[in-house]
Amino acid sequence: MSGTFLGMPVFGTGNLNATEPFPTAAHRELGNAQLRANLGHATHTIRDKRLKVVSELPDWEDLRNAGSAIKENVMARLPELLETFEANFTARGGIVHWARDAREANEIVTALIRATGETEVVKVKSMATQEIGLNEHLESQGIEAFETDLAELIVQLDRDKPSHILVPAIHKNRSQVRDIFLREMPGVDPALTNEPARLAEAARKHLRRKFLSAKVAVSGANFGLADTGTLAVVESEGNGRMCLTLPETLITVMGIEKLLPTFTDLEVFMQLLPRSSTGERMNPYTSLWTGVTPDDGPQNVHLVMLDNGRTAALADGMGRSALHCIRCSACMNVCPVYERTGGHAYGSTYPGPIGAILSPLLTGITSEENASLPYASSLCGACFDACPVKINIPEILVHLRGVDVDSRRRAVKVPSEMDLMMKGAQWAFSSGKHLGLLEKGLPLGRLAAGRDKLIKKLPGHLAGGWTQSRDIPAPPSQSFRHWWAANRETKEQA
Amino acid sequence: MRIALFATCIVDAMYPRTARATVAILERLGHEVVFPAGQACCGQMHVNSGYFKEALPVVKNHVEAFDMDDYDVAVAPSGSCVASVKHQHQMIARRCGDTALEARAGVVGAKTYELSQLLTDVLGVTNAAAQLGSHFPHTVTYHPSCHGMRLLRLGDRQRTLLATVGGIELVELPEADQCCGFGGTFSLKNADVSSAMLADKAANIRGTGAELCSGGDASCLLHIGGGLSRQGSTVGTLHFAEILASTLEQPAEMEMAGMT
Repeated sequence: MSGTFLGMPVFGTGNLNATEPFPTAAHRELGNAQLRANLGHATHTIRDKRLKVVSELPDWEDLRNAGSAIKENVMARLPELLETFEANFTARGGIVHWARDAREANEIVTALIRATGETEVVKVKSMATQEIGLNEHLESQGIEAFETDLAELIVQLDRDKPSHILVPAIHKNRSQVRDIFLREMPGVDPALTNEPARLAEAARKHLRRKFLSAKVAVSGANFGLADTGTLAVVESEGNGRMCLTLPETLITVMGIEKLLPTFTDLEVFMQLLPRSSTGERMNPYTSLWTGVTPDDGPQNVHLVMLDNGRTAALADGMGRSALHCIRCSACMNVCPVYERTGGHAYGSTYPGPIGAILSPLLTGITSEENASLPYASSLCGACFDACPVKINIPEILVHLRGVDVDSRRRAVKVPSEMDLMMKGAQWAFSSGKHLGLLEKGLPLGRLAAGRDKLIKKLPGHLAGGWTQSRDIPAPPSQSFRHWWAANRETKEQA
Repeated sequence: MRIALFATCIVDAMYPRTARATVAILERLGHEVVFPAGQACCGQMHVNSGYFKEALPVVKNHVEAFDMDDYDVAVAPSGSCVASVKHQHQMIARRCGDTALEARAGVVGAKTYELSQLLTDVLGVTNAAAQLGSHFPHTVTYHPSCHGMRLLRLGDRQRTLLATVGGIELVELPEADQCCGFGGTFSLKNADVSSAMLADKAANIRGTGAELCSGGDASCLLHIGGGLSRQGSTVGTLHFAEILASTLEQPAEMEMAGMT
């Protein structure tokens, strides 16, 4: 076992599990024409912007290699770096809390808010708090959490779920946003139009009241810098800066994999992240804070370090690099599957190609629902090319399919249609003689195809899936192997 | 040069004319082609579906069929199968604990080329009309398959060869780099998403006005052609090897491309 093993791995809980198999969810989402139109437009726009700003950098591949190497180093030295970070964060007046899973993290945050006597908090957009279902937990404890990122606000007002990690309301267009604001935003101008500037103004007015009154803020973090004990939030709108500076108490929830060894490592990631995520050369707001600064900004600074399955992912040597993810979302923007199904089909907080590997790595491939995620890809490889930290997503997808097949082999007694197909194909494809024998039957297929020389319907769930949208041409009367034996080998012998 | 042909299972059984075209091109250049009779399949269907244990005998069979000294290079008219031979065989041997097979798979993988790779990088073909006598007076669009593009980094090799065929009119395919939705068993397990991807690919192909769509992978072409046929389109599909093999004297049989 490698040196990065942190003890018995604990699997993740919270919003990481799909509630239905991916093909079922995808079938439903594909039927939503509005969703597909919104997604197609949005993903293509971001895709083009990303390509443009990435192609400006002659050393883009070097940057990707550096990002990958730094993250690999972090994973190899995680225990040591976590202790260094904790020591430095604490030395500067911050308080570190450790959470094994979603439940522990939620309880810690709730207790910290309770201690302030407040019942309202403002929130900076954060994947970690989505992952643990913090808002729902706080609500159950009588604490109201207000999302301040515009898209998160839209999703929250609509009581919907984010469908993308960077642009969570990507599945809604501006007319839908106007309707949500008119319906849900207190004090909104009833004459609100769907112009982006009007919508932003309405949100700004609504949020400004919250920023000025909130005593507690909850955030995530993009990076934790071990050598200085600094936390970093990278954002576009400035709402994060408001939350991070105005309240008296700041509580940050960060996955343990978010560390970078040194402050200077940021230079690599501050080039990689904005270009990969929003397609910008740099992001408008980068907030860095190191513990407490007397009489300036939050005076009670807390950090909840979240495991929630990360040590389990770390223990998987083939899947470990999924933890390199910096949540840029480039992989989902280029994914042909995500583009058509949207994020909700993946069930988990983490959708798209990275979600298809990260969710089952965090939760373990136990449920049928999460076990279906690694198959939600044609293995086209566009995600790997787009990933700024070079996570080989297709390779990890195949690895997890292998883990799934092996775990079902142990658990299930009755072989599935796919099991039988694979067993049959093993016989056919493991010998030229076997395949040659089967090919003697090709004229039968030709006969089945009939006069139009097309096979239009195959039996069974799997093969029938093929013929739902595709014909199969009539097979040839003779395979290449038999043609070669008859025409070339006999000729050579003659 | 003595060249071992890896026909691939799908070409062997469904598209023997693609293998015959590959042989014709190589012989036209003065090379000798051999067909190792033990060959069957690269095993990527098993590997990509997670059936590593079942993949092992398939990988072993391929390595045994091609692990010999009496040829210089092996070639396959498929980016995907060559990518599997080069990138997956050693992984499967390693995972199944067969170190001897892993080493032999490495040797076979290093000697194996995709057809456009072999023609361009090893045999120096830069002009199909001049060097191969290729002639194909039709309007053609071209879909670059994912594994050739992203795993083998074939770049423009196939496209450039097609562009230099005599009489051809090559038209650009919009969103060419987008997957057609095949993905092996993905098209069965996630048939709905696969069909949605195929619908967009087919619409883009039809929009070009081309008579047919060419490519370098019979599996993707089977998928795309199957979709076009189901939509009642007359646009066919044809492997680029068959277009390169087509000459003024012996034109490719268009009926075989599904164009009737």
